[in-house]
Amino acid sequence: MTVPIAPDLATPAVMPARPRAGIWRRLLRRKLAVLGLVIIVLTVAGAILAPWLTAYDPNEQMFDGLTLEGAPLPPSEKFWLGTDLLGRDLATRILYGARTSLIIGIVANGAALLIGTLVGMTAGYFKGWIGSVLMRFTDLMMAFPALLLAICLAAILQPSLWIVALVIALVNWVQTARVIYTETSSLAEREFIDAERTIGAGTGRILFRHILPHLLPTIIVWGTLGISTTVLLEATLSYLGIGVQPPTASWGNIIFENQTYFQAAPWLVFFPGMAILALALAFNLVGDALRDVLDPTQRGRA
Amino acid sequence: MTAPILTVSNLAVSVHGEDGEREVVSDLSFALQKGETLCIAGESGSGKSMTALAIMGLLPQPGARVSAGSIRLGDTDLATLSENRMRTIRGDRIAMIFQEPMTSLNPVLSIGRQLTEAIEAHTPLSREEARRRAVEALKAVRIPEAESRLKQFPHELSGGMRQRVMIAMALALKPDVLICDEPTTALDVTVQGEVLELLRDLQREQGTSIILITHDMGVVAEMADRVIVMRHGRMVEEGFTSAIFAIPREDYTRELLAAVPRIGGGRAGQLAPSPALRFARATSPQRGKEIGEAGAALDIKHGLGANGGKPPLPGGERVAEPRLDRGSVGAEGHDPSVRDPGGSGGRVRGPTTEPAVAAIHDLTVRFDLTGGFFGRVDRRVHAVEGVGFTIGQNETLSLVGESGCGKSTTAKAIAGLVPYAGKIEIGGRDLASLGRAERMAIRRDVQMVFQDPYASLDPRMRVGELVEEPLVIHGIGDRKERRDRVAALFERVGLSADQMERYPHEFSGGQRQRICIARALALRPKLIIADESVSALDVSVQARVLRLLKDLQREFGVAYLFISHDMAVVENISDRVAVMYLGQIVEMGTRDQIFASPRHPYTKRLIEAVPIPDPSRRRARFARLDKEIPSAVRRVGDEPPKTLLRDFGEGHLVSEFGL
Repeated sequence: MTVPIAPDLATPAVMPARPRAGIWRRLLRRKLAVLGLVIIVLTVAGAILAPWLTAYDPNEQMFDGLTLEGAPLPPSEKFWLGTDLLGRDLATRILYGARTSLIIGIVANGAALLIGTLVGMTAGYFKGWIGSVLMRFTDLMMAFPALLLAICLAAILQPSLWIVALVIALVNWVQTARVIYTETSSLAEREFIDAERTIGAGTGRILFRHILPHLLPTIIVWGTLGISTTVLLEATLSYLGIGVQPPTASWGNIIFENQTYFQAAPWLVFFPGMAILALALAFNLVGDALRDVLDPTQRGRA
Repeated sequence: MTAPILTVSNLAVSVHGEDGEREVVSDLSFALQKGETLCIAGESGSGKSMTALAIMGLLPQPGARVSAGSIRLGDTDLATLSENRMRTIRGDRIAMIFQEPMTSLNPVLSIGRQLTEAIEAHTPLSREEARRRAVEALKAVRIPEAESRLKQFPHELSGGMRQRVMIAMALALKPDVLICDEPTTALDVTVQGEVLELLRDLQREQGTSIILITHDMGVVAEMADRVIVMRHGRMVEEGFTSAIFAIPREDYTRELLAAVPRIGGGRAGQLAPSPALRFARATSPQRGKEIGEAGAALDIKHGLGANGGKPPLPGGERVAEPRLDRGSVGAEGHDPSVRDPGGSGGRVRGPTTEPAVAAIHDLTVRFDLTGGFFGRVDRRVHAVEGVGFTIGQNETLSLVGESGCGKSTTAKAIAGLVPYAGKIEIGGRDLASLGRAERMAIRRDVQMVFQDPYASLDPRMRVGELVEEPLVIHGIGDRKERRDRVAALFERVGLSADQMERYPHEFSGGQRQRICIARALALRPKLIIADESVSALDVSVQARVLRLLKDLQREFGVAYLFISHDMAVVENISDRVAVMYLGQIVEMGTRDQIFASPRHPYTKRLIEAVPIPDPSRRRARFARLDKEIPSAVRRVGDEPPKTLLRDFGEGHLVSEFGL
């Protein structure tokens, strides 16, 4: 008896073949992602072009920056976002502060993400003693009060923006490592990884070509979440006097300097707070869209 | 005829998807009489499970709904019933058992708790009475020591036991209708027989009506009074079982029945070669092992490296002249099962001019289990114990056995995925004696096709890249040559080259398995290990993939180590068969030796347990295991006895243990 020629081939696959749509093109098709990108670009541009965008010096305490009683000024035509406790222009400080916060939020956070991913992936894939050593070390770091560690490190090394970034990176990688470890160890058990081994794929290829792409969604989520936490951690360190040294502005330390007066002068906390929120949200939106765009199984879906 | 218990009329189920509503079941009508067994048969996507869920009021929410028609249980229309009312009916008047006994019991609650809970929910019985009822139910499904089982947890029971607990739970309240959704698909054949027999007996005692949903025509023939064949959400055919099997009216039913692998059908049955290969077959009565084919295979194997041009992929036409390449002598056209009568059994092969593709000697794989306070190794899983066999060129050796017998572990050891003890020779060279680079080169000769085509392809890679990857890894050809070869492979396995840019999820199960096969073929291996490679496929797709494997074997001269639990499939594809039990081979011989004159009781039981897709040969009693298969976990130092294989003539080796 004969079976007719392969009707399972005749069933059309879910989607018609189409040319590779560029990641950019697909990203730009999403409105929210574009909004996020615009915010990020504006922030970066504002940070770089700060001296040309504002007429004031960020650290100048202006005569007319305070009321006669010595209270900060609310937003007005002269000072768009008002002035702070020392009579400095808040808008100017936020613009300059973006430099610090972007470095922390992107460089420090990025470094933390990188360390966390590498440690988590290595431990999760190799297991055995390598995995044990790495993960026990991660647990140790988790149990250790991050702030205390940061204080020690910052105290030993001279406080500066880059040291702060380094400290934040060294403190913040642990959560990422934990999550990536769990995901990698479950991915390593998947059958397609065994299939890779049977065709002779080496460790590097398996880790970076086959496991890493599956970790991207997690990495993106942790990366975007990390932006707001690292910006705030920088503020905490600055507040303790071991972060960015005053009078250098950062969004975090603007909030911390002024938080006790937030009832009398709410704009002092509100505007820098909004700046952090907007940046974190922007990265979140872009990250979300990127995750979908990079996932081939989502192709062609709404 | 009395009024039917359950009447389904013009039922339609719609699923709300991205592109609007889609009907997954359309215009389905049937009636179920008291005490009747109705089978709903069909392949995946036919809507048979959706029908069952609709009757139970368990359609996945949100998204799926009954969009038309009625489901009447006696006088009540279940389709319009509120969830609260439905809950009182579910379990009490209609019960359901699912495919996976591993996942449909709550792992953190004891068996007793889960049973009594179900009883208490529907009856005013006290806890003590409910418990007694639970014990009765467990006894009814022939679970020994029912009393003490109540305290056990699901993980302490075997798969068959768990499915019996599920049945006990479903029947404890004596429902009018029992819906079984693929109740035995996840079980071993011997256990499957027991569960089916149990269902039959219980039905006789309690008069329950059963709706049995299955893809397995063997189960249908064994169980059903009437059959409904479904396809794409519609009923194709309905009728009495004997009529459907004897004179199917619709083409689809005929195809479905034709595709079912049958024991006793032999390879002359549905695995006839495709027309392109008929010629080759006609000229080579000895299983296609003619000189020309071996020559062609060798030519292909080295083709790309040698001439760097287009990969020679003969699609039907073949090189007639044998080419001797790299010192390996072309196959002399002899039958490996004759040439190699010993087969192995741990014996050392005599010197031959042409080495077997793979020779396994005394292969042992054990996994350590740690226990106790200090986490010391105190027990071991003896997954594979001293297994030995050889696979000749162009030969298909099947390893059969039930779950946990070590067949997959054997495959993994040969593929280099698990550490092993013993000797594995590929192409006459012992893997252990080779350096890293050489071992890598030898690995090219052994490729693997896994069971689940959904899991064994990286979902984030394009399928073209996936098939190309082995070539990239082993540095074969430049980019263009590789693409050409991948395109040729795609065509050869029955896909089109313009599908290369797609991702795995855009293909059906059968197509994905073809991609896996193309990938395995990319390196022109000498041996392909097929680990349950067709088990996850629908029968019609399964038949086609098996035929493709056969065609490719003739064409490329590749040997297969075919691992399966399905005796019928094994009979269709194998040259030789080895039966494994508890990590050891209990019987090995040619296909005819094993299937026509099995000697070991375990082999006999395995063959007898397979349901026959022929209602006229329905069995009153299934072959049964006298006891549960013992565990392969042993304390350290407690070595299992090694079985000795005795030769019963012409390479038919049988374990003396258990004879």
